Amino acid sequence: MSGPVEGLLRDLAPQVLGVVVRRFGDFALGEDAVQEALLAAAVHWPRDGVPANPRGWLVQVAVRKATDLLRSEAARRRREDAVALEPPPGEVPARDDTLLLLLLCCHPALTPASAIALTLRAVGGLTTAEVANAFLVPEATMAQRISRAKQTVKKAGSAFAAPGPDERAGRLRSVLHVLYLIFNEGYTSSVGGELHRTELSGEAIRLARAVHARLPADGEVAGLLALMLLTDARRAARTGPDGELVPLAEQDRALWDGALITEGVDLLLAAVARGAVGEYQVQASIAALHDDALRAEDTDWPQILAMYGLLERMTDNPVVSLNRAVAVAMVHGPAAGLELVDRVEPRLPGHHRVAAVRAHLHERAGDADRAVEHYRAAAARTTSTPERRYLLARASRLARAER
Amino acid sequence: MAKFLLLMNYGATANCDVPMEQWAPEDVKAHIDFQHELGRELTDNGELVDAQGLSGPELAKSVVSTGQGAPVVTDGPFPESKELLAGYWLVDTTLDRALEIAAAASAAPGPGGAPLGQRIEVREVMGAPAATDL
Repeated sequence: MSGPVEGLLRDLAPQVLGVVVRRFGDFALGEDAVQEALLAAAVHWPRDGVPANPRGWLVQVAVRKATDLLRSEAARRRREDAVALEPPPGEVPARDDTLLLLLLCCHPALTPASAIALTLRAVGGLTTAEVANAFLVPEATMAQRISRAKQTVKKAGSAFAAPGPDERAGRLRSVLHVLYLIFNEGYTSSVGGELHRTELSGEAIRLARAVHARLPADGEVAGLLALMLLTDARRAARTGPDGELVPLAEQDRALWDGALITEGVDLLLAAVARGAVGEYQVQASIAALHDDALRAEDTDWPQILAMYGLLERMTDNPVVSLNRAVAVAMVHGPAAGLELVDRVEPRLPGHHRVAAVRAHLHERAGDADRAVEHYRAAAARTTSTPERRYLLARASRLARAER
Repeated sequence: MAKFLLLMNYGATANCDVPMEQWAPEDVKAHIDFQHELGRELTDNGELVDAQGLSGPELAKSVVSTGQGAPVVTDGPFPESKELLAGYWLVDTTLDRALEIAAAASAAPGPGGAPLGQRIEVREVMGAPAATDL
């Protein structure tokens, strides 16, 4: 399929799916029908040209396919379920249901893994094979996970009704969390043979943009999008030529993407100006403070420390406290940071990052022996190969300098 | 989410030291049915990446090479065969769930339908680093 048509279809697919699912009240049926409509478009459009109203064309074909499916013998049982939910036939409304579809895919009855898979498949428009590939599992495993997720959503009594205002805020939070997880999946694995997974970050950004376009006044949506952009801006500098991790302080900042940083900062400033600061905005602010420093030593650590303090009060997350310990060390010295690590440790027992932070702080304090010991302890506990390599390299470099 | 390898060895279990070839046929059948059922459950949940049983130690070979000359290939090992890997499950799920699956696999039925109490080792597969600056 040619590029422009493929891109157009991918953008339109969730909108069309939203319309069809809303109309028929059946997620699985809607998906089948939209798949057939997309297939028809992929055949007809490159040959006959893209119709004047491509979205209307797809909706019309998908509704017809769904009706056919309902009529067919195989769909009899489905029809019995769907008939009660089916709204009276009428004009297809020219509204955009992408957001509703996201709220449905990030249903609270689903585990994060299932919500991620369903979101990428139904809203992201990725094929099951692509989703499976991104998570390095067999296609059959992913197909089953997605199918199970659809059943769960259906069983949870979702007839694709819009959640009420009370429920909506919580559901939107789930959507943002799922998009955040998708972004991290892609961002943290741009290594070697897993390079294709970086597409997940792009997908998360695309979806966050879509949500932001529909809810421009929501500060946390803007905050999440800003956080993604400000983090993604550092991607090229984050790994070395052999896929090795490069820590923030040692990154070549010339490789950072200035356009993404500008866009992220503008988004963030506009969101913060509207008041009601949430945790994504605070996280984005921290990312922005890092991105703002031309050299690592120019980093505004007192401001970052203040932000981590704010975030700690908002989230009560011990990993945040651990990061605050790093900021404390940068402002008040390594001893103060290590003291805070001691206090956080009981809440993160055996966590490799506790050892890694200790190692860094001992190294800053000039205590190479202890730093080596904690780098090795962290390396033994991490579940990530690039991180293990980085920690061991750090330990051996320090140990060698000692001798 | 992460991948976990659940490893099962040959050898005596908490509740049974009789090798399977000496079990009653109906007990063998119940055990195999249980394994199929477990496999089906993991498949239906979209958690199963792979599960395999390995051929017996009778067919095992050991290879040692120092990079110079021909590698040394020997049959076995046989003597410590009780410590040898019998099979594995690779699942894509959370740690809590991996432990739950291991517990189910450990309690597979043995002679007379009594749970075997087989030791299952759970090892996380190395994956991507966590996002660092949260």
